[in-house]
Amino acid sequence: MKEIKIFARAGQGAITTAAILGEAFFHQEIYAYAFPSFGAARMGAPMNAFLRFDTKPVRLRSQIYNPDFVLVIDPTLIKTEKCFHGIKKGGIAIVAIRDEADLTEKPKGFKVAKIFAEKIALETIGKPFSNTVLLGAFAKLSGDVKLESINEAVKKRFSSKPEILERNLAAIKRGYDAV
Amino acid sequence: MKQFLEGSFAVAEGAKLCKPGVVSAYPITPQTHIVERLADFVATGSLNAQFVNVESEHSAATVVLGACAAGVRVFTATSSQGLIYMSEVLFNIAGMRFPVVMVCANRALSAPINIWNDQQDAVSLRDSGWVQVYAENNQEALDFVLQAYKLGENPKIMLPIIVNMDGFILTHGMETVDVPANELVDKFLPPYKAPYKLDVENPMSFGLLGDPTVYIETRYALHKTLEDCLSMIPQVGKEFEATFGRKGLDLVELYKVEDAKTVIVAMGSVCGTIKDYIDTQREEGKKIGLLRIVSYRPFPKEKVYEALKKIPKVLVLDKSISLGSEGPLYTEVKSVFANKKPKVSGFVAGLGGRDITIETIKDMVDISRKKEVRCEFLGLRPELLKEDFYVGI
Repeated sequence: MKEIKIFARAGQGAITTAAILGEAFFHQEIYAYAFPSFGAARMGAPMNAFLRFDTKPVRLRSQIYNPDFVLVIDPTLIKTEKCFHGIKKGGIAIVAIRDEADLTEKPKGFKVAKIFAEKIALETIGKPFSNTVLLGAFAKLSGDVKLESINEAVKKRFSSKPEILERNLAAIKRGYDAV
Repeated sequence: MKQFLEGSFAVAEGAKLCKPGVVSAYPITPQTHIVERLADFVATGSLNAQFVNVESEHSAATVVLGACAAGVRVFTATSSQGLIYMSEVLFNIAGMRFPVVMVCANRALSAPINIWNDQQDAVSLRDSGWVQVYAENNQEALDFVLQAYKLGENPKIMLPIIVNMDGFILTHGMETVDVPANELVDKFLPPYKAPYKLDVENPMSFGLLGDPTVYIETRYALHKTLEDCLSMIPQVGKEFEATFGRKGLDLVELYKVEDAKTVIVAMGSVCGTIKDYIDTQREEGKKIGLLRIVSYRPFPKEKVYEALKKIPKVLVLDKSISLGSEGPLYTEVKSVFANKKPKVSGFVAGLGGRDITIETIKDMVDISRKKEVRCEFLGLRPELLKEDFYVGI
């Protein structure tokens, strides 16, 4: 079993990210349990979403404290939310940055991938939805989920909005290529 | 068909498959997604039902009572404050013997206001006459809805049922769920034929005055029928399995209990966490097992006795507290054994959404190695327990 913890502000698509990843794993017949940080988040407030995945049904229902992967959608949360706290040895943090200065600390025991996700999102989707870009980066760096599976999950989600779908698929591909 | 579904949507799909004629509910966190989805089904025509918008949970319960009295299959869902606001009507529904099915997204009770998960809401209604079952995962939550109608609408039973699912943990958790085909559900659950109903051709009254010459018999009858459910629940579960090919309702689930020296007793989604803990302990040769209570009402005393009578140590984990006494599940398990073996310890954890982790389960087992406890709260923060709270007087 592996665990993913997503950091964002409410409204930045953390739950959508977990849902799409879960759907992508489902597409590969891998069992996933995706869940939000429990409670009612106000727009803009720091929040988490989580995902566990395994070859057998996931039974563990606690929140995630020692993730294998961390996705940070908003770089202003890196310090205040202690995003890197508890990452497993050999784990990977994928961080959306706006500026090199957003992330200067040197990680110990885990890998950090920085990506100018907001810039890519603005160029592809036209809106600052960094989370979509991180999905592509996650597919590449984790090796646990295929890019095609993520594309399938996104296609399902945006099946009634072909134009938005194309833009999101482009953002995911750019995220995949950027890391 | 297998889908990756949020728990709320899974039970909404389950309710839709049962083709209720009337759905009435009032939104409350963390139940809201269930009624939103059902309202959507009705609005888009995929569910041919009346969705009755109401101004409160009390009215939602009253609407489903009335519709069920008219012989219609009904569905409602609520949580926490909504459930206890319904409670006056819920006792009436049971007393009038209407097979209403409700999903409760289990959540803590105020004050202080807390929207997070524990099981205090439904447990507080244990004496209402409703059957209560607790799901461990989203598949069970969906499947239990189908089986609830099958059980409750049996003319020999005619009881309402609460299908409990942990708020947020299941309602907002997404996982793989097999949504059964319409035809299979139709085969398993034929249309509801009320053995009695409001009918101008054959006038009847329900819920009228039951004076001291008759009242106690109505309670006796309710109690006896709930006891009958002890044999009906596994029977419905077997019929479910025969139709759908996966395990159906049962009174309890035994997990690695046969050779266990210690057995944990719990209800709901935390049982998944406990099973993972047990597997890691078993790898180290420690013989721990789980007795999961699926049916809390009726309470399966004999099953509990048979499962635990040879177990040296039993740890009961409650996600609710009977204030002034102890964890309600602990009281019931302990009562099965009086002063005989096993030693039964009681623990309270996870109230108001406090996370129950593998560490919490480990703490429970560690404490039990040192002493037998009756009502031990797990994971308390001592810095919050100042004299203002009248602790330790």
